Amino acid sequence: MKMITVAGPPSSGKTSVILRIAEGLGLRVGVVKFDCLTSFDKARYEDAGIPVEVGLSGKFCPDHFFVNNVEECHRWGLRNELDVLITESAGLCNRCSPHITGVPGVCVVDCLSGVHTPRKIGPMLKLADVVVVTKGDIVSQAEREVFGWSVRQVNSKARIFFINGITGQGAFMLTKTVADAPDIDALTDRRLRFTTPAAACSYCTGETRIGEYYQMGMMRKLQFSEE
Amino acid sequence: MELEIENKPLAALIDEYPAIVDFLQNLNLSSLNRADTLLNALYALDPALLDEFGITPSDVPSQLADFLETRAREAGAFRAVRSVTILGGRDKSGAAENVTVEIHAGEVVSIVGPTGSGKSRLLADIECLAQADTPTGRRILLDGREVTWEERFELEGRIVAQLSQNMNFVMDLTVREFLEMHAGSRQTLREGVIERVFEKANDLAGEKFTLATRLTELSGGQSRALMIADAAYMSASPIVLIDEIENAGVDRREAIALLAAREKIVLVSTHDPLLALGADSRIVIKNGGIFKVIATTETEKRSLAELEKIDRLLYNMRGKLRAGEMITAVDE
Repeated sequence: MKMITVAGPPSSGKTSVILRIAEGLGLRVGVVKFDCLTSFDKARYEDAGIPVEVGLSGKFCPDHFFVNNVEECHRWGLRNELDVLITESAGLCNRCSPHITGVPGVCVVDCLSGVHTPRKIGPMLKLADVVVVTKGDIVSQAEREVFGWSVRQVNSKARIFFINGITGQGAFMLTKTVADAPDIDALTDRRLRFTTPAAACSYCTGETRIGEYYQMGMMRKLQFSEE
Repeated sequence: MELEIENKPLAALIDEYPAIVDFLQNLNLSSLNRADTLLNALYALDPALLDEFGITPSDVPSQLADFLETRAREAGAFRAVRSVTILGGRDKSGAAENVTVEIHAGEVVSIVGPTGSGKSRLLADIECLAQADTPTGRRILLDGREVTWEERFELEGRIVAQLSQNMNFVMDLTVREFLEMHAGSRQTLREGVIERVFEKANDLAGEKFTLATRLTELSGGQSRALMIADAAYMSASPIVLIDEIENAGVDRREAIALLAAREKIVLVSTHDPLLALGADSRIVIKNGGIFKVIATTETEKRSLAELEKIDRLLYNMRGKLRAGEMITAVDE
């Protein structure tokens, strides 16, 4: 079974891009959608006849939740005899990066999010093998070029594809890339490409009050410029 | 490259490659001591700073070398493409197209056919440089030869610059800032290109704007004019696709002539007779396939002259209405 991880900011078009990949592949594709509180995409996958599971991280750090569950997701894919397993997760703190060494990682960003966005997104984009830029059909050619350039500034190696998530225009070479992905027999002992955010503090265990007195565990303080 | 990065003081490197400033910004390293070499300056930092990015000081020089090399490659002049050849595949019913269309730099070809007939499919084949591996089975050659697998990945999304009525500027910048930003992403452009784009855009636009005008304040016609002038002078893509641009506030024929004069391969997807007949030839799409390729005939060119008169008439009427004048007859 092949596997890819797809990540990107909320509403950047991840689900549409995955649907276009599934359409073009002609293989049995299954999706595990990681989200925080709610997810509305399950129906979209089901309508397309794609087996889907949804994992809601709730009060847990979404990145930690991902790595705690991804092995089970892989097994789910094997049990369901998928040809391709796709995990979809939102980069909720712009630091999250669900990409795994040896498993092709895709980052989806949209042109409307501002030209500096690629530089703000971090490891999710920087460590991706493929960057998909969506919504390019409604901005000017020049802005698309500048956006692509901006992606390049952060990730010099990734393949960049401009895709219209609605019509599927531009999805062909992305689909080819996914079709060429290696088979992944198991995830055990593989590594994340980037560490998850660290937190083991009083707020992790339900503290809500503000004040130094209540802060315990791993903490980090903002450095003000006058200090 | 890496040796140079390791041995030269950072300040000297930045003089030579100003883009290093961007690279350092991406890693939150703007405050490095520039009198020192990169590596020494990095070692003087709190290791926790780089740890945030999952890297150590010794990773940085090779990452910077990658960054500069990619930048040079990306910004480099696009491989000049003198011709595109479409080798026919099949239509939706599987019937062979039996056609070869060769389009040269500086030529204008229109693509006509009912909505849903397969115009987008043809464009998609050109964009991904299809090699008999898309549903149409078409093959696309550049300069008469096949395109390698790696070239396809490299060129995908960059071979065709697109202009359509749906496109808008979304950046909140002045025209000058915007053009500077675009020029900045292409390091090979000549001096004066910004002024050139600006002047041409103003020639094409019905109403004038300035370099200080904000992009978001431009009218539809002005935006289109700026996009076209920008594509003509700044875009690296050898093929320009114009998708049904409306005839308001921008001189479309002048725009297409400009792109052709800039040695672009110009494709115009249109239902408008003025644009279709203004092209050197037209590809007629039917049932998902190339139905015909017609070179514009002399008779058609004469008809075009008549159509232009009607168009001019409409244009003048529109001008009068906008100026608050009365229309007395349809003959001026």
